[in-house]
Amino acid sequence: MKFTEEHEWLRVEDDGTVVVGITEHAAEQLGDVVFVELPDVGTVISKDDEVVVIESVKAASDILAPLDGEIVEVNEIIVEEPGKVNDDPEGDAWFFKVKVEDLSQLDDYMDEAAYKKFIG
Amino acid sequence: MTDHTGKTDKTATDDLAQYEVQDVCGCGVDHGPGGHHHRHADEAEEQGPKRTPLYDLHLELGGKMVEFAGYQMPVQYPMGVLKEHQHTRARAGLFDVSHMGQVILQSRKVDAAEAFERLVPVDVMGLKAGRQRYAMFTNDDGGIEDDLMVANRGDHLFVVVNAACKDADVARMRAALEPDVIVRQLDSRALLALQGPAAVDVLAGLNPAVREMTFMDVATVELAGAECWVSRSGYTGEDGYEISVPEAAAVDLARALLAHDDVAPIGLGARDSLRLEAGLCLYGHDIDATTSPVEGALSWAIQKVRRADGARAGGFPGADRILRELVEAAPRMRVGLLPEGRAPMREGVELFAAEEGATPVGHVTSGGFGPTVGAPVAMGYVPAALAAPDTVLYGEVRGKRLAVKVVKMPFTPANFKR
Repeated sequence: MKFTEEHEWLRVEDDGTVVVGITEHAAEQLGDVVFVELPDVGTVISKDDEVVVIESVKAASDILAPLDGEIVEVNEIIVEEPGKVNDDPEGDAWFFKVKVEDLSQLDDYMDEAAYKKFIG
Repeated sequence: MTDHTGKTDKTATDDLAQYEVQDVCGCGVDHGPGGHHHRHADEAEEQGPKRTPLYDLHLELGGKMVEFAGYQMPVQYPMGVLKEHQHTRARAGLFDVSHMGQVILQSRKVDAAEAFERLVPVDVMGLKAGRQRYAMFTNDDGGIEDDLMVANRGDHLFVVVNAACKDADVARMRAALEPDVIVRQLDSRALLALQGPAAVDVLAGLNPAVREMTFMDVATVELAGAECWVSRSGYTGEDGYEISVPEAAAVDLARALLAHDDVAPIGLGARDSLRLEAGLCLYGHDIDATTSPVEGALSWAIQKVRRADGARAGGFPGADRILRELVEAAPRMRVGLLPEGRAPMREGVELFAAEEGATPVGHVTSGGFGPTVGAPVAMGYVPAALAAPDTVLYGEVRGKRLAVKVVKMPFTPANFKR
């Protein structure tokens, strides 16, 4: 698992796609999530595109695309039940899966130890 | 993650920062960019944000502290905003509202109520001893300078005003009422609110006399060994009490209330979502120095006696505009707004009459997710012609026009003990 400074986690699946979600730390800081808007499957994304809108009781935030690639699957469960993002952010409440050309894009991101240090 | 306020380099932690700028006031002082919390010259820059008598207790309870209107206040506790909101509607929530201003008006020479009517468009002279009512300070343009509660406590009036406006309010009252009326700002009393359906049983456990009070009654009641000024009111849409307690006894009283299984401490976050669902205004957002009481849908607060043809018609700042609007209606109105989708429409969202083109017809002044409604709720201003319930408008959120319906408020039925 890799982590971004934007508090996203990335996990490479057996088929080479990358699953993206937000960390427990991010979910906790956001507070109760009440709205999630996911991109359409098939959307071609570039790093730092605003791909997801997430709103908590407190505020609206964007999730930025951590990679270049194409959205191949989104997790509709969190659209129906946004509260799942607080319950299981690093498990069932993943956001989307991306097909990428080049997995070396992940190399720049933090491993778990580095992320833990980052959030202090 | 990035938020939509144009800030960069932020983490989710910064989302809490919005509470720092929530309480703007209409006192006419320019606070400069980002400097909305109130600090007037007489308050000096000598110290940081103030603390209420319950500050240490908030920390002990795990409160997440933010600056609000110049005070360090808990925005939430470990329970979180959503559960705190639901807890208040289902059982009882304890709020620290000690940052609000408490002021006594008293006179041996003149009738303080008659004098106070020069500042507010409501019937104060007709307010019986032991009763309180909602009022607002108006300005010469008919706008609202602050909203407030005024109680007749027998030989004096007791006024509670918003934290962000209290210095301006006290200055306004002194200028208009002294020397005939003594204006005394109380700095040594805390203010607690106990709100929710269990509030009556909890508070009656400390003193059964509170059970006999009805909505908007005020009384002096001994609680936890201290002389408290209690009103059966609040700002959540629930039954409950507001309790003015001597500073020295505030922590003991709060602990006595929190000892009850039904009571949880509630922060500013849930206070905001509760009052929004109840259709109640947040000063500086839903009403301000430019909105009249009629536009603000607060005409109900202006009794007949102060209206045109009333026995004491007018005689308050901005009476020309306000009395005219009471008869002819106002050009725009504050209305309840129910977004049809799931996306919250927050403060500043522009409202359009159609899905395409045209200039905005109004904007959202407060909005968010309503935990009890289970959907987004909002309020805002629209032209009078578009203010009828069931009118469909479009709010522009992230570049998309989303349908939103004008509805009657409150969004959740009020649960007052009339």
